[in-house]
Amino acid sequence: MTLNLESLAADILKGSARALARGLTVVEKGGVAAEALSERIYRHAGAAHVVGITGSPGTGKSTLARALARLARVRGLTVGIVAVDPSSPFSGGSILGDRIRMNDLSMDPGVFVRSMATRGALGGLCPAVADSVDLMDAAGKKLVIVETVGVGQDEVDIMELAQTVLVVSVPGLGDDIQTLKAGILEIADLHVVNKADRPEASRLVADLNSIAMLAAPVQRAWVPPVLSCVAVREEGIEPILDAVTQHAAALRNSGEMESRHRRIVKARVLRIAQQLLKSAIGNPGNDSEAMLGRVARRDLGPHACARVLLASMAAFNEASRDAADPLRPPQESSAR
Amino acid sequence: MTHRIRVLIAKIGLDGHDRGAKVVARTLRDAGMDIIYTGLHRTPEEVVTAAAQEDVDVIGISLLSGAHMTLVPRIFELLKEAGAEDIPVAVGGVIPDDDVPRLRELGVASVFLQDTPLDDLVKRIQELAASRQSR
Repeated sequence: MTLNLESLAADILKGSARALARGLTVVEKGGVAAEALSERIYRHAGAAHVVGITGSPGTGKSTLARALARLARVRGLTVGIVAVDPSSPFSGGSILGDRIRMNDLSMDPGVFVRSMATRGALGGLCPAVADSVDLMDAAGKKLVIVETVGVGQDEVDIMELAQTVLVVSVPGLGDDIQTLKAGILEIADLHVVNKADRPEASRLVADLNSIAMLAAPVQRAWVPPVLSCVAVREEGIEPILDAVTQHAAALRNSGEMESRHRRIVKARVLRIAQQLLKSAIGNPGNDSEAMLGRVARRDLGPHACARVLLASMAAFNEASRDAADPLRPPQESSAR
Repeated sequence: MTHRIRVLIAKIGLDGHDRGAKVVARTLRDAGMDIIYTGLHRTPEEVVTAAAQEDVDVIGISLLSGAHMTLVPRIFELLKEAGAEDIPVAVGGVIPDDDVPRLRELGVASVFLQDTPLDDLVKRIQELAASRQSR
């Protein structure tokens, strides 16, 4: 498929759904075209509020995303949803089933839903998620919801992407000690207890509230509220969306929005740098193979090797990118 | 860095049987594809919007209800409206032999009957995806 990234980027910015869909394919495919498109889009993004939804499998994350999207539409916001499901560790394939819970959103042109597979990423998201959020943001979506895979206790990458993180719990999965543990529950800006019509829901709400109270209150401008809902019946959704709005306002007022944004940006740049390094090590275009051989023969230490490779990678990556992206604006390359 | 084939598997209309669709979804998953599964009772409108947003390489429609000659033409109309007519459509399920050429005439790229070996199915989907990629 021949692809004109300039016109694709322009169409995405104009809000074309088909262009957005193609752009998402480009960034998911990765490589030079993904990088070039991302760089063109990035400066036009930043207006959307990014909300992460995470929690164990079957807690109702997709159903909650649908309910929040429908309410946001009533309130006049356009919505983008990135829904992540796991890739097979064996075949690399996936069944992306989050859309099943959101089928009626397809009838609303103000909502755009995209399913993505984890592709081996371990933190609950997928490699292209940050670029995908930017594309939706630049296409004019005012609320972007990112739904993680069903997580266990430790997949916390969403806190390095979303401005507001919702952690969804359901009754019946454990006692108060589970709520005391470190990990996923700690990253919640909002706790959502879904399926609240089930027995023991109030107990879970009380447990989560008591944990929030144990944290030293002076350090925090925002104490994560615990909100109950029955997402499938769209009950209790208004207070949740209200709390998202209040959280965004609290972040802005306390100045935390800026520091959080810096943290998100730092994590993102680090991930990209790691990826560049990963693809450069073992590339025949540099001497990494020879150096790895020396480490294997214990002729060179692994720490020293890593430092030398890192230094030589910098030059290598620069050269490879200039050669690979003919669309780079001329003034940037001549400035070097 | 590589493109993984994306396939939408959809059940449209009043048809409550999804075992076949699930077998196909699972088989294609095990062949390394990303499968977007829409679940039961979808409308053609929902299926086409999903296919367009997901930018899939192939749409696979499963029908056991006998309504294929009504619902499949509607899919093609809507794909055109959505500017997504480049996505090939495959149909599978209970399709009378006489209807196979009629579906092909409508533009269906492949019709998979119940006796289709799963290996053939995988190969054909790979071909359809490749034909779209090279377009």
